[in-house]
Amino acid sequence: MNLFANIFGRLTPEAFQHDMVVMGGVIGMTVSGIVIIGLLTYFKRWKWLYREWLTSVDPKKIGVMYIVVALVMLLRGLSDAAMMRAQQALNTHGFLNSDHFQQIFSAHGTIMIFFVAMGLMFGLINLIVPLQIGARDVAFPFMNATSFWLFAAGAMLINTSLAIGEFSAAGWLAYPPLSELSFSPGVGIDYWIWGLQIAGIGSLLSGINFTTTILKMRAAGMTLMKMPLFVWSVLNSMILVIFAFPILTATLGMLSLDRLLGMHFFTSEMGGNPMMYVNLIWAWGHPEVYILILPAFGVFSEVVATFSRKRLFGYTSMVVALAAITFLSFTVWLHHFFTMGAGANVNAFFGVMTMIIAVPTGVKIFNWLATMYRGRIVLATPMLWFLGFIVTFTIGGVAGVLMAVPAIDFQVHNSLFLVAHFHTMIVGGVVFGYFAGLNYWFPKIFGFKLNERLGRYAFWCWFVGFLLAFVPLYILGLMGATRRLDHYDPSLGWQGLFIVAAVGIAVILAGVGFQILQLFFSVKDRKKNLDATGDPWNGRTLEWAVSSPPPFYNFASLPEVRDRDAFWDMKKHKKDFPDVKYESIRLPKNTPLPLIIASLVFAVGFAIVWYIWWLAIIAGLSALICLIYRLNNDETEYSIPAAKIAKLEQEHTA
Amino acid sequence: MNEAAKNDSKNLLGFWIYIMTDCVLFASLFATFAVLRNNTFGGPTGAELFSLPFVLVETMLLLTSSFTCGLGLLAARQKEKTQVLGWFAVTFVLGLSFLTMELTEFNHLVNEGHSWTANGFLSSFFTLVGTHGLHITIGLLWMIVMMLQVAKRGLGRHTVRRLTLLSLFWHFLDIVWIFIFTIVYLTGAIQL
Repeated sequence: MNLFANIFGRLTPEAFQHDMVVMGGVIGMTVSGIVIIGLLTYFKRWKWLYREWLTSVDPKKIGVMYIVVALVMLLRGLSDAAMMRAQQALNTHGFLNSDHFQQIFSAHGTIMIFFVAMGLMFGLINLIVPLQIGARDVAFPFMNATSFWLFAAGAMLINTSLAIGEFSAAGWLAYPPLSELSFSPGVGIDYWIWGLQIAGIGSLLSGINFTTTILKMRAAGMTLMKMPLFVWSVLNSMILVIFAFPILTATLGMLSLDRLLGMHFFTSEMGGNPMMYVNLIWAWGHPEVYILILPAFGVFSEVVATFSRKRLFGYTSMVVALAAITFLSFTVWLHHFFTMGAGANVNAFFGVMTMIIAVPTGVKIFNWLATMYRGRIVLATPMLWFLGFIVTFTIGGVAGVLMAVPAIDFQVHNSLFLVAHFHTMIVGGVVFGYFAGLNYWFPKIFGFKLNERLGRYAFWCWFVGFLLAFVPLYILGLMGATRRLDHYDPSLGWQGLFIVAAVGIAVILAGVGFQILQLFFSVKDRKKNLDATGDPWNGRTLEWAVSSPPPFYNFASLPEVRDRDAFWDMKKHKKDFPDVKYESIRLPKNTPLPLIIASLVFAVGFAIVWYIWWLAIIAGLSALICLIYRLNNDETEYSIPAAKIAKLEQEHTA
Repeated sequence: MNEAAKNDSKNLLGFWIYIMTDCVLFASLFATFAVLRNNTFGGPTGAELFSLPFVLVETMLLLTSSFTCGLGLLAARQKEKTQVLGWFAVTFVLGLSFLTMELTEFNHLVNEGHSWTANGFLSSFFTLVGTHGLHITIGLLWMIVMMLQVAKRGLGRHTVRRLTLLSLFWHFLDIVWIFIFTIVYLTGAIQL
């Protein structure tokens, strides 16, 4: 018995026993895994996968991998949402038991924020930022790949919790003292901590990487005030990452120390202070929502200018608004817990700051509307997502300002009104934004457009489904329904509205179905929708100046920028790239190290969750050795001779 | 600017930004310490536990190591290989002595029954000071790797760049220690 515990820690056969619903999920995951492995073997694609993708340090490939992981996780997060809504619409005890229901809402929130929204964001950033600033790569390609693989390792750890053991049942932010060992002795919280810790360190490294990339690698002539707005939004978002994510790292670390070493940071005894956790986690958590939304603002700024055939209205005020939001987002965290009892003056300060942050956001909305004014508007799919966003985001924003009043917040705190509010912002803002971005930039990345008709169907399903799913929650919240209910008294009369919300999510799922069909038919009919010009939307910024998909070196010769809409300016002056002498290009070599390091870190996380100390030590030391190996490697780049580039370019233009 | 200089300036900026993130990490731990410093749950306070002369010696060791590290980097810029190895060896020994003293202090506290499980104050103390110690350990490890690199390959462009980053890291840890010395030990010694 003792030997067993030494080898496997607290991992016992019971960890693999689950109820029917979880078993279904596990079997589904295993079967799809086997199918993918089978297909790769059948088509003899392993070598291709390894050479072209797993070891790649090309940000365009890393971006695609981010988006693939995010979309897979989106399906999991959505099925969690569907199960919760089904439970509440049926309002019987039998379907999901309380403990499982709690794990589901914790998993839903965690997955959607960390692995869907963050994944889509970093995916788009990787794909587009280097192209938009006229660079060939990011500042630290190796670190970039490591960031991605750490993100993937975190996602894997969260998914592993479904099959082995259990997930956290303490909500997406795991407030103590509930998340302390005495109240949650299982492995769920530990999975949550280490999944987030690993992915979070990846995000932090990405923040450092893209800030440096944007500050140091812009094309000649691209001054800060000539950067495309998407780049500005990413810069601000990455600055927030730099300031906010270390707080998350520290906080998760302290919670983990409480659980592993018996410390008393956040316990309700021995001098611990649970409210300190709530302060710390929101000091990260509030900037986090702006980390997610700012790049979505950037996407919309690009989309609305392109599809209105007009220069973006109020560029300078847009930049100032972004900077103001970046700053203010660190001054509002306490509005998440007005009910803590910090006193009227403290609450009033944070209430006022929260209202103030709506001002720069409003500036942005009006600038986008003014860009459309007298523009030649093309209602392509990305533009539809933008218009939908204007509606949902304004509703959510007004609800937010309402809740900024502490007296009102006391009434709706932890109610479904709040749930409806932040879903309006995250779904109607962030998710719509990244879907717009995916539709907009898809032809750039893959060389063919997505099917517009199916894209429109998907948008309308999402938009209508969204309103059906969340407007009832606003009403229910005002009627007194709190969040995270797995059942309620039928005499309250809530069931009708919960059924409407469940219908809403069914309509959203239909939208997802259309998106899958859209992808399928677009790939199938790609010959019909080929983008031969590299500029399918009559774009304005540099990414449209190269072919679709771009060559692996992005730009054969680095562009020179004279205008904010750099590519528009080139087109207007009929000055594409002038005939240039090609020079040799240096690019980083592919390397399996990021994948290896992240796998080892995954092993460390898994080992700590289950107290398998020997594995944690061995895997940790191995990861360290990999890093030291890298530190001693001077030959990380290779050179592509000018003649080869000239040949590649000729082949392409011919 | 040529390609190499551009790359170096990229690396330098990136590393500075990393140091800023580490600063925020330490700031969170300092804030936690500030909140929990009086939560002794009936146990002894910092004033009763800490020995200031002991910590002063630690501080002097680390400050001196920062100075020798700077001398090492100067030597690296002048391509004086033996001097580089010498100064970094001195830095390493000073850093290791600092770490040994810190661990001795920890060991002493735990043996007296004042471990991190005793109360919130001690949890935050061990975590804040221990996180600094962990950074020092990483710095020492990095120093070994770099000394081997210098010994084997001399002072090439990549090696000098890495030495620059290492010394930035080392000075940063020095500054963090000054704050620990002031906020944890000196302020802790004031009996209220």
